[in-house]
Amino acid sequence: MRLFDNAQYNLMRGWKPALIITILFAIPGLVLLGIRGLNSSIEFTGGTLIQLHANDPAINTAGIRSALAAGGIVGAEIQTFGAPDEFVIRARLDPRAEQSESTTQETREAVRLALTETFSAEAFVIDRAEAVSPKVSGELRERAVLALLMGFGATFLVLWLRYEWRFGLAAIIATLHDIVATFAFVSYLNLEVSLVVLAALLTLVGYSLNDTIVTFDRVRENVKKSKRGDYFYNLLNRSINETLPRTVLTSGTTAAATLALLILGGSVIRPFAWVMTFGIVTGTFSSIFIASPVLLWIERRWPSEDVKIMKGAGMAAPATT
Amino acid sequence: MFSTIRSRLIVIAILVLVSLASLIPRSVTVRERGPDGAMRDVVTKRVPIKRGLDLLGGIHLALEVDQSKGAVANASDALDRALTVIRSRVDEFGVAEPLIQRVGSDRIVVELAGITDPARAKAIVERSAFLEWRLTDMDNQFREALPAVDRALIEAGITAGERPAQPSTIDQLLGADTAAAGGDSVTADTTQTLDRPGPLSTLLFNGSIPGEFLVPEEDFPRVDSLIRLPDVERAIPRGLDLVWAAEPVSQGARSYRPLYAVERRSVLTGEQLQDANANIDPTSKQAIVTFTLTRAGGRRFAQETRQHVNDFMAIMLDGRVFRQPPVIRSEIGRNGQIELGSASLQEAQDLALVLRAGALPAPLQIVEERTVGPSLGRDSIRQGTRAGMVAGALVILIMLAYYRFAGILAVSALSFYALFTIGGLAMFGATLTLPGLAGFVLSLGMAVDANVLIFERMREELKLNKTPRLAVDAGFQHAMPAIIDANVTTVITAAFLFQFGTGPVKGFAVTLIVGIIASVITAVFVTKTFFLIWLQRRGPAKELAI
Repeated sequence: MRLFDNAQYNLMRGWKPALIITILFAIPGLVLLGIRGLNSSIEFTGGTLIQLHANDPAINTAGIRSALAAGGIVGAEIQTFGAPDEFVIRARLDPRAEQSESTTQETREAVRLALTETFSAEAFVIDRAEAVSPKVSGELRERAVLALLMGFGATFLVLWLRYEWRFGLAAIIATLHDIVATFAFVSYLNLEVSLVVLAALLTLVGYSLNDTIVTFDRVRENVKKSKRGDYFYNLLNRSINETLPRTVLTSGTTAAATLALLILGGSVIRPFAWVMTFGIVTGTFSSIFIASPVLLWIERRWPSEDVKIMKGAGMAAPATT
Repeated sequence: MFSTIRSRLIVIAILVLVSLASLIPRSVTVRERGPDGAMRDVVTKRVPIKRGLDLLGGIHLALEVDQSKGAVANASDALDRALTVIRSRVDEFGVAEPLIQRVGSDRIVVELAGITDPARAKAIVERSAFLEWRLTDMDNQFREALPAVDRALIEAGITAGERPAQPSTIDQLLGADTAAAGGDSVTADTTQTLDRPGPLSTLLFNGSIPGEFLVPEEDFPRVDSLIRLPDVERAIPRGLDLVWAAEPVSQGARSYRPLYAVERRSVLTGEQLQDANANIDPTSKQAIVTFTLTRAGGRRFAQETRQHVNDFMAIMLDGRVFRQPPVIRSEIGRNGQIELGSASLQEAQDLALVLRAGALPAPLQIVEERTVGPSLGRDSIRQGTRAGMVAGALVILIMLAYYRFAGILAVSALSFYALFTIGGLAMFGATLTLPGLAGFVLSLGMAVDANVLIFERMREELKLNKTPRLAVDAGFQHAMPAIIDANVTTVITAAFLFQFGTGPVKGFAVTLIVGIIASVITAVFVTKTFFLIWLQRRGPAKELAI
């Protein structure tokens, strides 16, 4: 079977619609993010999380809420988690309030006691409990930021060392596109952002760069083979089209894996699977429609020696195609 | 270097064998405390891949010295004291292989896999330490009571018998089975079994000081369960306790766990101790521990030591005896010293830490807790495995549909990849966590990328009317830079994730790194070898179905 064999789509022309799609997708998402804020996991906010499995079908979110209220716990967030008899109770710390280190522990015990009071001890099983003090959550925030910054920094450094700066810059801009789009996506689904989700973000950055690098390797190769009078625009188009079968196939197999995780992997890993699934979409999208047009734009402003001898430094398709 | 198919096949065979060897289930003996409070050794067979707490179920605690109720002087020493205390309680947790370690300058991390009662674990960690000094059984009262103890055991249906070939598993705890016949177990070392036969006495060897007995380390769980039986406790002389040493001692080639009969009354407790430090004695140049008592403690200690010169005194922290009890040389007041003979300064420092741990409380608070119930862990493994199998099946389908013959190569390469990755994880002792499992599933989709790059390149080369041989060569050659560049960035990112991540994320990072290495090895080695074999078999004229 062959897909996109000898494809000669004018994909470069897609940069305008791609830009519009990106803007339409990203801006509302970022605005939403600004309003609602990031749904940080308690790793980052500090606080208490309790996941419980109800053996008694009478237990529901309203019941848990009133049980907690009876025990003097108000303001906790209660949600079903993956299944109707699985619940997650979150009590985040207020970052502005002064908290004693022991508060999180006490909350956990208080929740357990309040639930045992209202329901019987056998009516529920605590499957997961996390309690993070403000000091630890501060450290975890710091570590997450460091991991992201250094991960990105090192990636960019590799690009800069291995590629000519124009290629590197274009790849970075395509990657930034993915990061912004992913944040918008996270914001739409209100996904809980934990260290694991940030790990997914870094992984998708690697994946998207991988896609871009494969295309750019082909561009580099084609530039070496190019003749005086070739259009750089056409060369880029040809490179994308030549690598299109690979891009589509790899995206397909990877998407198959992330979809399997999303559907079958269970609720604990679901935020990770969501981010990775979206990452494949945006990574593929950006390496086709963003990276190469950006490279063309950069070459038009600061042409390199190899490209200078070529024609077609415009953003529009040359008339000859 | 690996130019011939033969040498390539040998290397592949070695890689496969090494991976398989590292995955062979092996027997591990784990010592844990059962629900009845008695210690037991359990032999299990398992694939040597460590699973994280999020898959096994268990509790992760991060603890710090609690400074909220007033500052604690010398927080670093306080943390060391707390660490000593928690380590001394290691088998109270009732789990195999608890992890207790100091992390950074101010934190202790305790990880207990498979624990069922997190509240109890937290209570054990947070309980304050209790240090006491007690005299050993100088009058040999326990030894004289041993026949009565043995009789009590026989009446309870426990007899001394042949030592089974595989000693000290849980099964023999209640049967008529164990116990050493003196003959083979007394070897060249100085220990001697007590000459009376009996369920307990045959397991005890004479120690070198009054009240000390040695138990072969492998019999430790059994003896521990015997001395806890109510019948035995009744037969032990009033005013005596049986307590274990914190650490085993080795004599010759064998390892023994000292058991001490000590007076129930304590000569001194941690409250009366002010400070303790390790030193080198200026005259003898040997390691010593010097200690200072409170004023009241000093008065009491002077009185006690005057009456008990030449007696031995056990240093107990939370019911465990640390080091062989020293002898009282003379009356000691507020200041005294413990001579450790030929021990190193490090050992003296450890003992001083034990004393300080009992003297100066180091209150701990839990700053982070993660508990995962065993059922959630099991669900995670089941769901992750199912997702992995479905993902693998989908990838195989896609590759076969798309590449047909070459797809078969890619699929077999994928199984090599999976084997190398799992084998690599076992070999490096990596911990598999839920994100790690997810990362592995994800990598099944990504791992074919290198193959796809190579195959696509071959198709293009074939289109240029190159011979299959040239197309294969060019395919591998031209695809390499992209494969390397793309993977280097991912490895670097994963390295930072490992550096800064918490346990589950570390598991993800390790899986990613091992997976990428396995993927590159598979693509450039296994797949290429397959093609070389194919080329040799088919001859250059045949068409390459790709």
